[in-house]
Amino acid sequence: MEKILLEINALTCGYGNKIVLNGINLTVNEGEIIGIIGPNGSGKTTLIRALTKLIKPVKGEILLERRNIWEMDYKQLSRKVSVVSQQIESVSMSVEDFVLLGRLPYYKRFQFIEAKEDIAIAYRCMELTDTITFRDRSMEEMSGGERQLVFIAKALAQEPKLLLLDEPTSHLDITHQIKVLDMVKRLNRDFHLTVIMVLHDLNLAGEYSQRLAMFNNGQVYKTGTPEEVLQYQAIEDVYKTIVVVEKNPISNKPFVLIVPEEARRNSKGKNKFDKFLRGL
Amino acid sequence: MADIMTNKKLIRWIIYIAGLFLIVMAIGLICLSIGPTFIPIKDIIAALKSGKSSINYDIIFDIRLPRIILGFAVGGALSLAGVILQGMFKNPLVEPYTLGISGGGALGVCLGIVLGLIQKIGYISLPLCGFSGAILVILLVYFLSIKKGILKIQGLLLTGVMISFISSSLIMLVMAVSNVTNLQGIIFWTMGSLEQPHWLLIKTMVFISLIGLFVSYLFSVNLNAFSLGEEEAHHLGVDTERTKKFLFILSSLLTGVAVSVSGIIGFVGLAVPHFVRRFVGSDHRILLASSFLCGAGFLIICDTIARTIIAPMELPVGVITGILGGSLFVYFLSKKPSI
Repeated sequence: MEKILLEINALTCGYGNKIVLNGINLTVNEGEIIGIIGPNGSGKTTLIRALTKLIKPVKGEILLERRNIWEMDYKQLSRKVSVVSQQIESVSMSVEDFVLLGRLPYYKRFQFIEAKEDIAIAYRCMELTDTITFRDRSMEEMSGGERQLVFIAKALAQEPKLLLLDEPTSHLDITHQIKVLDMVKRLNRDFHLTVIMVLHDLNLAGEYSQRLAMFNNGQVYKTGTPEEVLQYQAIEDVYKTIVVVEKNPISNKPFVLIVPEEARRNSKGKNKFDKFLRGL
Repeated sequence: MADIMTNKKLIRWIIYIAGLFLIVMAIGLICLSIGPTFIPIKDIIAALKSGKSSINYDIIFDIRLPRIILGFAVGGALSLAGVILQGMFKNPLVEPYTLGISGGGALGVCLGIVLGLIQKIGYISLPLCGFSGAILVILLVYFLSIKKGILKIQGLLLTGVMISFISSSLIMLVMAVSNVTNLQGIIFWTMGSLEQPHWLLIKTMVFISLIGLFVSYLFSVNLNAFSLGEEEAHHLGVDTERTKKFLFILSSLLTGVAVSVSGIIGFVGLAVPHFVRRFVGSDHRILLASSFLCGAGFLIICDTIARTIIAPMELPVGVITGILGGSLFVYFLSKKPSI
């Protein structure tokens, strides 16, 4: 029996009077990678923001290790949950200093110099993410892919139970997309780290997640294994787009193919032509 | 402790601070000897030993030293406020006066002069008027930018700039209807001066600026987290609302006290943090103290120039900080493309 890490019960929240998430239920087991998918505006990022106490639930609750996150203070929560956000502003600070910021939740009340242990942990996180060689370089001169790795190193330095990734692969080339996600998988396998990641790319989501939750209009449309969720009826219903789902010949995971309008028209035309030929 | 001492970064920082401290002390000593009558440093020491009787002693202790000490405190406080606000807003153009605090202070002093409070209560009434004006603006800006308990950073900036405009228009209104003597007083005060006959006010300024420096260090790590953006700071467990409110009030108080004691001395709070950031980096744990010391040294130098360059007349120190700071700033800006 898997141990439950996170329980979201009937969560309703939004910004001001605008409700974005409406009655979300989701349970995350320890050591799981959950992919959150869904169209723009379906509430994926809002969920991440609710999980870090950036927005307060209107109704419902979020339990982390059976404790309501709103009963924890910000520091306590940031030792358990860390986030790699979509866009972090570029800052003029060295990679090492940046990763060391991840140790902030562990600083004591009047401490403002990192202890030896903090440095050791920051170094370990840089090693795990292959960023140790850049440690003296400035964040400003890093490429997008390298920067994403450093962001993850900082999030790891928080020693979280739960890692939240908000579109970790957007703006990255496929080399870095795979590098980042392979690393997430490795961290999950080696350290039993629980990961919730929001992904736009359905194929990457299906490839790397053990379970998917498909969001639509602020509600969970469907949860389950990638094979259960990534079915063409569900995708066409949620995304209002015609797709074909095949299998990746190597990994056997579902693979979603899009069908452009022109190709659709051509294939219809071909069908008509076939019928016409048969009629003759 | 031994572990921490091996930290190379910390050693470098201690060297920076110690170096800057010595430089500021040296500047203070040199500026003590410069003036209409030049007093060599060995004569300063001799005057100290001989006690109250000599002329040199009077010049040093009654004329020059108070200004140097006040320059130290005001320069330090303004630069510190500048660093804090620039860090909090993540905007390099924000300075202590952007939020309208100087405008409020100046308006308070204007009203004090026009209402003839100097004749009724005495000279001490002016700093009090200035301080009340500054506090009033701080409260106004603060409560106008708070919505549902959340301090909106951009709202704070816009409200501050607007209040600043309103108060400078009101100052013009007051100036337009006041007589020549009052007008002169207002103009002299708005240009800023470190001439301050009240030791009590000088002591208060020194006390507030040093307390401010100490307290700002409690938030130095939070300021570092803020440089990643407010949301990221939140993810790192920083109580962003508390930090913003506290830092706003701290920097406002530093500015308010500085403005009410020495008038509007521009540019220190804007330019000094930029220079210092370029040399020591953007880590607030070193930036806060270095900016304080550099601002202190810079203002002492500017004030010495202001009181000697056309002696026996005196230039407003704000003129020197503007010209010297501004041209140095433009020079450095054109040398390196990034701020």
